Amino acid sequence: MQDTAIIEIIELTKVYGMSEVQVRALDDVSLTIRKGEFVAIMGPSGSGKSTLMNILGCLDRPSTGQYFLAGEDVSDLDKTQLAIIRNKRIGFIFQSYNLLPQTTALDNVILPLLYNRNGKESDEQQTEKALAALEAVGLSDRIEHKPQELSGGQMQRVAIARALVNDPVLILADEPTGNLDTRSGQEIMAVLSELHEQGSTIVMVTHDDDIAASAERIIHLRDGKIETDIQNGANSKRKEAKEAEYEGK
Amino acid sequence: MRASKVIQIASKGLTKNKLRSLLTMLGVIIGVAAVIIMISISSGTEAAIEEQITGLGTNLVFVQSSFSRGGFGRQGGGGPSGGLVYDDAFAIADEVNGVTAVVVEQPSIETIKVGDTTLDEVGILGTTPDFPSVRDMTIETGRYFNQTDIDRTQKVAVLGATLAEELFGDSPPVGQLVTVGNTKLTVIGVFEEKGLVGNTDFDARIYVPITVVFQKFTPSQFARFMGDRVGVIYVEVDSETPLEDIILQMELLLAKRHDVSLEEPDFAINTQQDIIQTQEATTAAFRNLLTWVAAVSLIVGGIGIMNIMLVSVTERTREIGIRQSVGASPNDIRFQFLAEALLLSLVGGSIGVIVGIGGAYIYGEFGEMRTVIVPSAILLAFGSAAAVGIFFGFYPANKASQLDPIEALRHE
Repeated sequence: MQDTAIIEIIELTKVYGMSEVQVRALDDVSLTIRKGEFVAIMGPSGSGKSTLMNILGCLDRPSTGQYFLAGEDVSDLDKTQLAIIRNKRIGFIFQSYNLLPQTTALDNVILPLLYNRNGKESDEQQTEKALAALEAVGLSDRIEHKPQELSGGQMQRVAIARALVNDPVLILADEPTGNLDTRSGQEIMAVLSELHEQGSTIVMVTHDDDIAASAERIIHLRDGKIETDIQNGANSKRKEAKEAEYEGK
Repeated sequence: MRASKVIQIASKGLTKNKLRSLLTMLGVIIGVAAVIIMISISSGTEAAIEEQITGLGTNLVFVQSSFSRGGFGRQGGGGPSGGLVYDDAFAIADEVNGVTAVVVEQPSIETIKVGDTTLDEVGILGTTPDFPSVRDMTIETGRYFNQTDIDRTQKVAVLGATLAEELFGDSPPVGQLVTVGNTKLTVIGVFEEKGLVGNTDFDARIYVPITVVFQKFTPSQFARFMGDRVGVIYVEVDSETPLEDIILQMELLLAKRHDVSLEEPDFAINTQQDIIQTQEATTAAFRNLLTWVAAVSLIVGGIGIMNIMLVSVTERTREIGIRQSVGASPNDIRFQFLAEALLLSLVGGSIGVIVGIGGAYIYGEFGEMRTVIVPSAILLAFGSAAAVGIFFGFYPANKASQLDPIEALRHE
């Protein structure tokens, strides 16, 4: 299973603007990310990393090229089909949390479950799932709190719980620690690392080298192209050591 | 998303801004209340007209003076022409086939005194003996005046039920004297209560022989040329003779008596049917006007809803983006905002129904017009409110559903 491609993009191009004033935000990018990988995408502003994230997250469609998500071609889906993919396959974590205000942590986490198409789950089952997700991020004691009553780190953990609740194949994190102090940032990275160790596939955009260091693979973008794509040696080794440890048990 | 969840989320969205929601609903509330009050009033008016017509008695033909062709102008000629006169009624009764009774009415207004009791501006009706049967009124005590009383200009009077009560209280009025203007009249009878017919209170009037009105209660400055003129002659006809024949006979007779041509008569003959039609036309015009008022206020209410929904979509762009990012499809977003618009209009509609029923009731109790609350009117009003909500809610809802999730998430 370790070799299954979760993301496979082939010669992907995204062009903004009409006629003569065209901006090639992504220029002929090909990339494969396998199940269980923890990838950091870095690059200066304007390098195309936001555009790449939007396309990976099925919020946007490529101009040309193909995007296979877990084996399914999602390059040419319409808005409704993209919404279904986002709902079932992808969990988003944003820099600014993007929780619904005036809404409890629990209801924020339930939100993706409400948009399940063939949702045959009862309210109780949905609540159970959401509670499990909140427990996974260590927020069982804050379920009835509204975002304005939570700290930044707690809000981001609610957002992670929301990203997890539909059991996605891909977690996309866009500067997840950008609005947090160092300590809260470390906590969030610890949660993400734990998810990674449990087998989640995570793609994270960051401009912070320390944060990127948690990932096992770092991709640098520049001018819409992949500049470098390197395995993060330290983490890979650590992972191998862990695996060896597991096998040893 | 399940419908129950959509409604739950929509109501949550609306209760966040209670005052705004209420103000938005105001247009719909007024519109729906207007529809219900409008229909209540016109139904009430229709019922009143129907009563008035049955109250008139059956098979009536009305002969009226018509001065449009210069009836007054001819009086200098000294001829009989110039409107209906009292004798025309007898001529009709004697010479037209199919006429069963003729009643002449000539109203006036005087002050009435009995002992210490003085009533100002009491309606006097000078009539003829057939009045009770033609107008479907019953004598309770005493008798109505007869032809002899009229021929001799007897100073007698018959009282309406409430007038008798006001003047004499519990003591029997028959045989008592009443002073009408400067004339003393002997009460010979009292009518049973009849109640309001249309806008006429039959119980608050005093009935006297028509000749008494001519002699005593026609203001002297008019008497010279008014003489024994009458405004209306009521002709009761039998049902065997065709109505057209009777009318034609009357027209020929009156034209001859008045020395006018049929092309330029100084009188007009109307059947009950004519009067019903005129009144129905008036009611219809009234109802049309109110329908437009109601429609306009519903549309204004709808525009209010659309306006607020557009503001709401802009304000909640980020919320829309969040919902889209976790998997809300364009349809999900559309339904959510449509549900809010619909909820606004339905809650507004419900309040409007309550206000409308209350308004119609209060208007009927204390206003000048009767109202009848019609259940179908409530359904119609409620249905219109729902239609307004869907129609005016669709554009903002659609706008929300078409937002680009990336733009929406970036919105501050």
